[in-house]
Amino acid sequence: MARKILTEHINVPGIETFDVYRKHGGYTAVEKVIKTMTPEEVVEEAKKSGVRGRGGAGFPMGMKWGFLAKPEGVPRYLVCNADESEPGTFKDHHLMKSIPHLLIEGMIVSSFALGANKSFIYVRGELMYVIRILEKAIEEAKAKGFLGKNILGSGYDLELVVQPGGGAYICGEETALLESLEGKRGNPRNKPPFPAVKGLYQSPTVVNNVESISNMPWIINNGGDAYAAIGIGRSTGTKLISASGHIRKPGVYEIELGVSVDEFLNSDEYCGGIRDGHYLKALVAGGSSVPILPAHLITKTANGEDRLMSYESLSDGSFATGTMLGSGGFIVFDETACIVRNTWNFSRFYHHESCGQCSPCREGTGWMEKVLHRIEHGHGNMHDIDLLVDISKKIEGNTICPLGDAAAWPVASAIRHFRDEFVWHITHPHEASQPGAVYRDAVLA
Amino acid sequence: MTETSNPVAFTPERLEKVKEIIDRYPAGRQKSALLPVLHIAQEQWGWVSSEVMDYVAGLLDILPVEVYEVATFYTMYHLDAVGKHVIEYCRTGPCCLMGGEDIYDYLKEKLGINAGETTPDGLFTLKEVECLAACGWGPVFQIREKFYMNLTREKVDQIIEELSK
Repeated sequence: MARKILTEHINVPGIETFDVYRKHGGYTAVEKVIKTMTPEEVVEEAKKSGVRGRGGAGFPMGMKWGFLAKPEGVPRYLVCNADESEPGTFKDHHLMKSIPHLLIEGMIVSSFALGANKSFIYVRGELMYVIRILEKAIEEAKAKGFLGKNILGSGYDLELVVQPGGGAYICGEETALLESLEGKRGNPRNKPPFPAVKGLYQSPTVVNNVESISNMPWIINNGGDAYAAIGIGRSTGTKLISASGHIRKPGVYEIELGVSVDEFLNSDEYCGGIRDGHYLKALVAGGSSVPILPAHLITKTANGEDRLMSYESLSDGSFATGTMLGSGGFIVFDETACIVRNTWNFSRFYHHESCGQCSPCREGTGWMEKVLHRIEHGHGNMHDIDLLVDISKKIEGNTICPLGDAAAWPVASAIRHFRDEFVWHITHPHEASQPGAVYRDAVLA
Repeated sequence: MTETSNPVAFTPERLEKVKEIIDRYPAGRQKSALLPVLHIAQEQWGWVSSEVMDYVAGLLDILPVEVYEVATFYTMYHLDAVGKHVIEYCRTGPCCLMGGEDIYDYLKEKLGINAGETTPDGLFTLKEVECLAACGWGPVFQIREKFYMNLTREKVDQIIEELSK
């Protein structure tokens, strides 16, 4: 069994309560930082751990903390990004509902490190039941003296606020999240200034993902070096992977970074392989935004090396033959899946979720959706394929926030690796909207 | 499908809750309470009318337009009257891989309505939503705070029957 940092106790009955969580070692990290460490020492452990942003960007968390401005007399804020909405990603949902105190403990430790006295957990509004679970956990922690005024008699005060979103994928982008938290539309901000200098209420702010923050109790208890010893190279520690699609065992799994894609996909400890009677066609490894890979590039890189579940190995070959670890939204497609239909579906998602601020994204996502719709429904022409590539290139890199890139990559990669399937849809208009199995029987079989 | 009561006002318990929420933010930052307060409004009236938006603007001491632009941006707020149960059906890729489109067609046929419509008896409104972060348990829909997962035709039958009682 692989080492578990976040999910070791997740199935213990009653772990959502303070007492059971405490009995399994909970809140010892709070005691340790409050009684024996300075904020700078906590930041140092985060840096040593090498833990990288688990929401998708993969930026080293300790380094991000190091950028926080500390002007005299100005409050600083920690905001937890729990706006999990990247298609294929449901790890934070699982973690927060199952073991809410882990995030609360991580928030206390991290807020102490950053010198924040008021911190926020921004949870997507659809998870209102999870918000209630978190609020209950916060009440318990407060009653036990781990939150609120004068924590454990140290003089350190911290208030935790859980904020619901209103249904908008864009608020997972950190500056859009801050706008939303201020009671505004979720329009991403131009950077600079970065949130570390001017964030929430124009004050220095750090925004971190749920899973990133939830690693902090273990890092404090065991040391940043011990965390960095897990994993492979610059992919330190463990990662939660949300596995969905045509596999035998969908669910959330904690892996040590560096386990092979083959093992993750096929072993009974994880996905358990492709569902019976079918075979692997494609994989989206890190949430809907990252490039889709065809079967021959999934378990091996283009150079024939084993592909590993790590930031570096998944991106080996760049976008020509690689992809990204992203948020860990692992979506598996067997040969019955229609790549064109799925690409159209994802395009519709990004069009729906574009905030409309930048015209390349606002117009481009809708345009791609329309072109993909007509190809999927038997009205496409050959020119459309290159048109899609052209639109995707004109969105990429030309928007304030990364939603534009996120919309462009799935389209560009689907055409890069599955161009024949797009061509077939255009040359077979009467069969184009049929299920993927029709294409399989006609072409792949 | 009830009309918003006139004059518009929160129940005393909800008004208390709203005040408590406003107090969470630093002084002068009460606008931060807007999204949570709109959720509470929707809980009370089922949807958010322009009269309700004006009322919320007054409570938070902000301009009505500041409420309009938020209520129309975020998809969870219903801007028209809805049925007793709003079924928010996930239409995004991973759920579709698990047969989400077939189940959706079945549900529409069963209720006799399309997305955005309400059944004539006022019991069900159907709404299409994007990814609900439950992809491993798809197909999925949500009614208020509850998730209905791993949907099959039989499960849909059961749920609709249960909620029709």
